[in-house]
Amino acid sequence: MTRHTLSVLVENKPGVLARIAGLFSRRGFNIDSLAVGPTEHPEVSRMTIVVNVEESPLEQVTKQLNKLVEVIKIVELDGSGSVNRELLLVKVRADASTRGAVLDAVQLFRAKVVDVSPEAVTVQAVGNADKLADLLKVLEPFGIRELVQSGMVAIGRGSRSISERPQRPVAVPAPLSAIAN
Amino acid sequence: MSEQVTGAQSLVTSLEAAGVTDIFGIPGGAILPAYDPLMDSTRIRHILVRHEQGAGHAAQGYAAATGKVGVCMATSGPGATNLVTPLADAHMDSVPMVAVTGQVSAAMIGTDAFQEADIRGITMPITKHNFLVTDPRDIPHTIAEAFHIASTGRPGPVLVDVAKSALQAMTTFAWPSELHLPGYRPVTTPHAKQIKEAVRLIKEARRPVLYVGGGVIRARASRELARLAALTGIPVVTTLMARGAFPDSNPQHLGMPGMHGTVAAVAGLQKSDLIISLGARFDDRVTGNLDSFAPNALVIHADIDPAEIGKNRHADVPIVGDCKEVITQLVALLEAEGADGDYEAWVAFLAGLKQSYPLGYDTPADGSLAPQYVIERLGAIAGPEAIYASGVGQHQMWAAHYVGYENPNTWINSGGLGTMGYAVPAAMGAKVGMPDSTVWAIDGDGCFQMTNQELATCAINDIPIKVAIINNESLGMVRQWQTLFYNERYSNTDLHSKRIPDFVKLADAYGCVGLACESPDEVDATIEKAMAIDDQPVVVDFRVHRDAMVWPMVAAGTSNDEIKYARDLAPQFDEDDI
Repeated sequence: MTRHTLSVLVENKPGVLARIAGLFSRRGFNIDSLAVGPTEHPEVSRMTIVVNVEESPLEQVTKQLNKLVEVIKIVELDGSGSVNRELLLVKVRADASTRGAVLDAVQLFRAKVVDVSPEAVTVQAVGNADKLADLLKVLEPFGIRELVQSGMVAIGRGSRSISERPQRPVAVPAPLSAIAN
Repeated sequence: MSEQVTGAQSLVTSLEAAGVTDIFGIPGGAILPAYDPLMDSTRIRHILVRHEQGAGHAAQGYAAATGKVGVCMATSGPGATNLVTPLADAHMDSVPMVAVTGQVSAAMIGTDAFQEADIRGITMPITKHNFLVTDPRDIPHTIAEAFHIASTGRPGPVLVDVAKSALQAMTTFAWPSELHLPGYRPVTTPHAKQIKEAVRLIKEARRPVLYVGGGVIRARASRELARLAALTGIPVVTTLMARGAFPDSNPQHLGMPGMHGTVAAVAGLQKSDLIISLGARFDDRVTGNLDSFAPNALVIHADIDPAEIGKNRHADVPIVGDCKEVITQLVALLEAEGADGDYEAWVAFLAGLKQSYPLGYDTPADGSLAPQYVIERLGAIAGPEAIYASGVGQHQMWAAHYVGYENPNTWINSGGLGTMGYAVPAAMGAKVGMPDSTVWAIDGDGCFQMTNQELATCAINDIPIKVAIINNESLGMVRQWQTLFYNERYSNTDLHSKRIPDFVKLADAYGCVGLACESPDEVDATIEKAMAIDDQPVVVDFRVHRDAMVWPMVAAGTSNDEIKYARDLAPQFDEDDI
């Protein structure tokens, strides 16, 4: 199995997330991570979906996703041609005796402390999955009280945008019978 | 158009604008506002059915017979959930259909209100698309989008759930001039390069076969198919969904392939070196064990749905497009280049198989009625212009084999989902759509007891369908499997339908003519009597031998090479002949 990152542009309408999540589970594919948010276009949302599948089932997933009326475009982003980031917030045990060591680790990973209390600090870190895993490994001995992590978001490198295709409206077949009134 | 109307009026006007002339449905609380303006519509005939499942299958039968979008309507909650089976059925068989359901008022959604069900959530996996409308301004464009999506690309069911509050609110009606569907662009025109590659393979092949699926019917491409077959001389198989797409009387036709396919059709795929798949989807009932299916064949796979291509079987030449356009372009290029493929030995080999292993059945020794004989005579007497709808099971397979189809859209059945009880309401819908055609439901006694309440709808609304119950007093197909694979232990398949109910009395009670027939020499006279009645529905109880089995058969999960044309009898393929 290999990890694939799909960027999916969808119409910003209620129920789209349920449709996509349902499709994955129905066809027996596991989602490693999913992140969804707005884009530069108010009517379009973007999902970044990470799946762990072989090449040919991936093609089937993509085709099935493309059949959803509200899915506008799907692009697979490869690791080297794109920038991938996840956000981690972690509450680490840190009292007067250990705080210094925790802060050193935070600095080493270019993470940030976003909240402090006498027994703990909350650390925010942004990076790819490997970097965040490494940070956690370093923080673990101090005691992790709570952890939350976002799904991955990804964007292709270079100047091109994935939503460059113009969105043409579809002409409605004229009413089969003219309407009186 | 700034005139103020209710959302309900806007809905009815929208349905009229979409060209709807017939709706099958049942009113109820949440959809009630829509039924008031519906009463005044002069363009739309609403047929009040007895169960929403009947409305759904009727819309399917209507669509399958006419090619137009079938429409059904139901209220929220149980009304909507009763449409689930027809929607799933239409989704599997690519039937263009729009279901309009009432939903509880917008403010009540999510509160477990009376008769509330999240029908949009429930039907997401079994519709091509679905909508929930809570703002009355959205009604016209949603209806326009629903009909567009249902009828274009790969057809399918679309559900429009409308909140009662949206039906009651005041709004203005404006039919949209264009639709905003940025993610919906079905590809209908095939790629020229793929057509060229397909033609190259067709000319090089020695053992090609045209594997014709329901897509050819939906695309109305029978005439184009006939031209392609005549031009190339390539043998044809038509799947269960494609019966009628190519005339059974044509000698090139090998019949239906698959689990209960003819020996020639199964061998035609299995031994081929090139499968030209047109609007078919390599369903497990056709391929049997996939790994051993047609091991030496290259595949040209043409389908309007890209997701079907390569799903089950690798496609050497994938062609995305509408079957009508695909076949037209294949024909044009073959004509230009000369269709000079050499298939002589192959055609002779298959003709030999067809002759050695024709469809056949045993006449019961005790003088009782063979179900196959009834269906054969029905096909002969009612003829190829009639429309035949069937349920699911043994009678369906016999009806697929023994009626004899010459025209598309004359064979209507539940192929993918396999919904028992499909026949009576589907026949009703077909008859509404094609009032001048004779419509026969060929049904089993098990199936018939699932949906026969629609006989009341038929009798009251002047929809004179004819029903042939192939009554073997059991769930025959399940019984056949118990005979073959469960040591003749008949667990829960005995329906006692020759005793209870009395189908003749039941028909009579529903305002239909009831007839019964149990000996071979009465069959023709009974069918002719039924054919002579055209002002009332007719139900014929054909009381047949219960141990008849469907042959040929490829046991589930085994290779098509293991086909038996009768119990324990395997055909001899002399492959040196190819």
